[in-house]
Amino acid sequence: MLLTILALVPFVGGLVVWFLRGATSRYVGIGVALATFALSVVVAAQHLGGANLSEHHLWIKAFGAYYALGLDGMGLLMVLLTTVLVPVVLLAEPADETGRWGAHVKVALVLILESLSLYVFLATDVLLFYLFFEATLIPMYFLIAGWGGAKRAKAAVKFLLFSLAGGLVMLFSVIGVGVSYASQGAPSYLLEDLAKLNVTPSVEMLLFIGFFVAFAVKAPMVPVHTWLPDTAEQATPGTSTLLVGILDKIGTFGMIRFCLGLFPDASRLATPVIVVLALISILYGALAAIGQKNLLRLVAFTSVSHFGFMVLGIFALTTQSISGSIFYMLNHGFSTAALFLVVGYLAKRRGSVQISDFGGVFGKAPVLAGLLLLGGLASLSLPGMGSFVGEFLVLAGTWSRYPVIAAIAATGMVLAALYILIMYQRTMTGPVTEQTEKHITTDASWLERLAVAPVIVLLLLTGFFPKPVLDQTDQTAKQTMTTMNISDPVPAAGKEGK
Amino acid sequence: MTLLEGLTPVAPTGLFTVAWLMIAIPLLSAGLLLVLGKMTNSFGHYVATLAPIASFAIAAVLFADLLGRPEAQRTVDASLYTWVKTGSWTIDVGFLIDPLSILFALLITGVGSLIHVYSIGYMAHDPGRRRFFAYLNLFIAAMLTLVLADNYAVLFVGWEGVGLASYLLISFWQHKPTAATAGKKAFVVNRVGDLGLTMAIFTMLAMFGSSSFTAVNEGAQHLTPTWATLLGLLLLLGACGKSAQVPLQSWLLDAMEGPTPVSALIHAATMVTAGVYLVVRSHAVYAETPAASLAVAIVGTVTLLAGAWIGTSKDDIKKVLAGSTMSQIGYMMLAAGIGPVAYPFAIFHLLTHGFFKANMFLGAGSVMHGMHDDVNMRHYGALAKPMKITYYTFLMGYLAIIGTPFFSGFYSKDSIIEAAWEKQPVLGALALIAAGITAFYMTRLMIMTFWSRERWQEGVHPHESPAVMWVPLVLLAIPSVVAGMVMNSWIGGWLAPAVGGEVPEHASWVPTITPVGLVTLAVVIAGVAVSYLVFGRKAIPAEVPYTRNILTIAGRHDLYGDAFNEAVFMAPGQALTKAVVAIDEGVVDGAVRGSGTLTVGLGAGLRTLQNGYVRSYGLTMIVGVIIVGLALVIGRLV
Repeated sequence: MLLTILALVPFVGGLVVWFLRGATSRYVGIGVALATFALSVVVAAQHLGGANLSEHHLWIKAFGAYYALGLDGMGLLMVLLTTVLVPVVLLAEPADETGRWGAHVKVALVLILESLSLYVFLATDVLLFYLFFEATLIPMYFLIAGWGGAKRAKAAVKFLLFSLAGGLVMLFSVIGVGVSYASQGAPSYLLEDLAKLNVTPSVEMLLFIGFFVAFAVKAPMVPVHTWLPDTAEQATPGTSTLLVGILDKIGTFGMIRFCLGLFPDASRLATPVIVVLALISILYGALAAIGQKNLLRLVAFTSVSHFGFMVLGIFALTTQSISGSIFYMLNHGFSTAALFLVVGYLAKRRGSVQISDFGGVFGKAPVLAGLLLLGGLASLSLPGMGSFVGEFLVLAGTWSRYPVIAAIAATGMVLAALYILIMYQRTMTGPVTEQTEKHITTDASWLERLAVAPVIVLLLLTGFFPKPVLDQTDQTAKQTMTTMNISDPVPAAGKEGK
Repeated sequence: MTLLEGLTPVAPTGLFTVAWLMIAIPLLSAGLLLVLGKMTNSFGHYVATLAPIASFAIAAVLFADLLGRPEAQRTVDASLYTWVKTGSWTIDVGFLIDPLSILFALLITGVGSLIHVYSIGYMAHDPGRRRFFAYLNLFIAAMLTLVLADNYAVLFVGWEGVGLASYLLISFWQHKPTAATAGKKAFVVNRVGDLGLTMAIFTMLAMFGSSSFTAVNEGAQHLTPTWATLLGLLLLLGACGKSAQVPLQSWLLDAMEGPTPVSALIHAATMVTAGVYLVVRSHAVYAETPAASLAVAIVGTVTLLAGAWIGTSKDDIKKVLAGSTMSQIGYMMLAAGIGPVAYPFAIFHLLTHGFFKANMFLGAGSVMHGMHDDVNMRHYGALAKPMKITYYTFLMGYLAIIGTPFFSGFYSKDSIIEAAWEKQPVLGALALIAAGITAFYMTRLMIMTFWSRERWQEGVHPHESPAVMWVPLVLLAIPSVVAGMVMNSWIGGWLAPAVGGEVPEHASWVPTITPVGLVTLAVVIAGVAVSYLVFGRKAIPAEVPYTRNILTIAGRHDLYGDAFNEAVFMAPGQALTKAVVAIDEGVVDGAVRGSGTLTVGLGAGLRTLQNGYVRSYGLTMIVGVIIVGLALVIGRLV
């Protein structure tokens, strides 16, 4: 029951907040989010203590659909990422009455989105997963369409069309696996059953592609990434944090759990193609980020590059690269949150997110500049930050199988230094410009510092002490390697000659 | 077999178990100053100055302990905790205290402490003083991590950490666009080098399943020649970035935008020598690959010439010293490339250079302090009189760097030239010529700054710096003179087990007279004499004189390193970036939109049925979900 309670608390909280008004709605919303976080800590403690929290109820007998929830290492980390980021976002963004609907609606939608996302990460039944996968689009669509820039409605539609198109392709595969499995015996959508699915290679490849396309749209991979920069540019930075930090992770999460977990042979076959696509994403995203004139679009493109790293790690198929990829998923949530939120603080003061509208901000608001630099350093994977551990393991793991690919991907490190430091130099350093003097009149408030502090602390903690997290990522990575019946490359020059 | 015994670490006891405090103390101090902010404005710099002194005290006790141990017990590995554990890889945060690393720890904390003290005076009136000291502490912590790590992965944490500190300190006066640009450039060029080091670590993990020094030392002999060479070259790429060696040298001259104590500590005495440390620490890899070793030696030689060349033609006192730093590190790299016989000399020169170069940089800072922060030597002249202490301490550095007999640089540089002459005569000859060029440009610097006639700008009244600044100068001048004599007979034997070197047979403070040594001395004297003839006999023009000398023009332009980077990397890179952005907005998005036209068309159709398309999509979604939900519920009933 604990998992169901965890997932339902923000949903119920969201419904309550819907009927509240004014400041109360925000406080209650933050309270619900914090309570959910506390609950997720309890869940984590129970899970790590060895308790079996999984739930299992037959739902639709004809389809073999179950209401089945469960946790593994990766699922636990994604649950914690969600429950950490939601209160951070609610704290960082003040009540927004400039939107299409009242500020309370926004808080309610965020909480409902949290609930649905938790279900996505908890579901161990493919049909249940699919339903919540699609359901998350609803609150996210309204969040984008309701608050943010002038062209947000158009951006929301673009987001929705891309996601629906991906989801539709996946629906065929979801139906496909269900039908295929039912033809071999009693119908079931349970992951553990579907893992035993036995189909011809060509059918398996088709089913695999259906899932992969949907996840590639989610984890924005070149060339189906174009919805993300447009959306991030128009949505509020908080919404973008939730979108990129949590929802997009469903893409890489799904690749590990469903693509590799259900279709190991097809995954292996597709690996060369996907590894190259991931490499393209890394370089393309980074180069595009360097060329951006808009801070929010820039952050969006850094994410395209970062997701490239995650996908590379997943399909390099080593324990270390998959483990690193999951680690990356977690820390990318934190680093992107830091960047988006601080850009939000700047936008609130300046009324613009164009890079050229800033300059010399350090002279007026050193703390804001420092926070932006910290977020940037996390984004460029500086050692000491958790993001470094993820990127390092992805590349090191990939190197042991594909050294040339890893070497090319590693140039992304240099490009990352460029996109972060050029952006920082243009906006924060130099003499204080007239516009900065006029608009940036206050440094980061205590509330603003408090809101980003958790993600920065978490980045440092996971950077210096990554082992507890790696224990979780390794559990999923090893299990995936076992499912796929693949072993790691053996060290070529051993220590045998001692 | 004593060699291998010396390499096998023993377990830590006593103070060795808390060796990590050397790093933790300055790190904590940096964190406090940054997090507590303005609260610590009034006393933060004192806290920050005590931190490296505390680390120095620990390092000194550990050093004394090691001195008292038999050779085989002098390598102590203090593992702290498991940092990364995934699959079959385990990377511990662990520290290796051995004859090599402890010398570095002493240099970093010793010179570092003096530079902190000096900065109390130098930065007294800077509004960002607290931040400055926090960054200095951060640097000390990162640099100690780099040299004390017992594996390459943790070394890399320190490696990039010093890169960050260097970035923050070069662009410390970030309101100056030149400073901000210089900091960014340093970080980016260093990252190019870091690519080499990371890929080297990937190779180690793939080859040995570990990145610890012990595993790499043991495993290196099983590498195929190709992989050994590749590994050696990757490490060299890393070393080139950090140590400003050709072709990654261009950032160091710009790094002089930082406050002068930073130039002394980071861009002369410690961080820029990390590349030398990396190569020497990886001696087991280079032992397997003569090709990569030769590459190291060639890079060193090219850089020692290039740096000296640049030094001859600059008028900015800090840039002369920066060129000189490049050049001197080139000597160290040359030694590191020669192999086991010369490893101790590389470290020996690194230490003596650390003293005399920090001394001269701080001396330059003292001069600037008295000259309204003017760095142009054409505006100096005759400063020996008003700044006596600065002059005499600087003079000791000058005599040391040109290799005056019995001064520190004499022992360490001559050893390198002689070893190079024996193993690689061509490189040795070039190193010998560069010794003459060094004497030439350093004499020019002395003439333009301290001797000759005064050419002070209006309103400038040179004066000696306060005691808080000149005491560190004196304390650095002493080792600039005596470090060579003291260490010459000892350092070879001390370092040999840690660097896989050979214990030299004869070495004492009395220099051995060799033909090469005599020729070197003659070349140095010639360099001084030529410099005097060119610059000392007539007045120095206060403006940059017009010249048609191609060598001088090239030197003034840093040998066109920036122009090269601009043409080869930046211009194509910028074009590529623009192309990607254009393609993204035009082609990719367009194509996807095009294929979506059908959907949009459907949407347009729906739009006419609804009032407002935002609502229409929302409604469609909800209706869709309800239909699917109903279908499922009905499905269950069936």
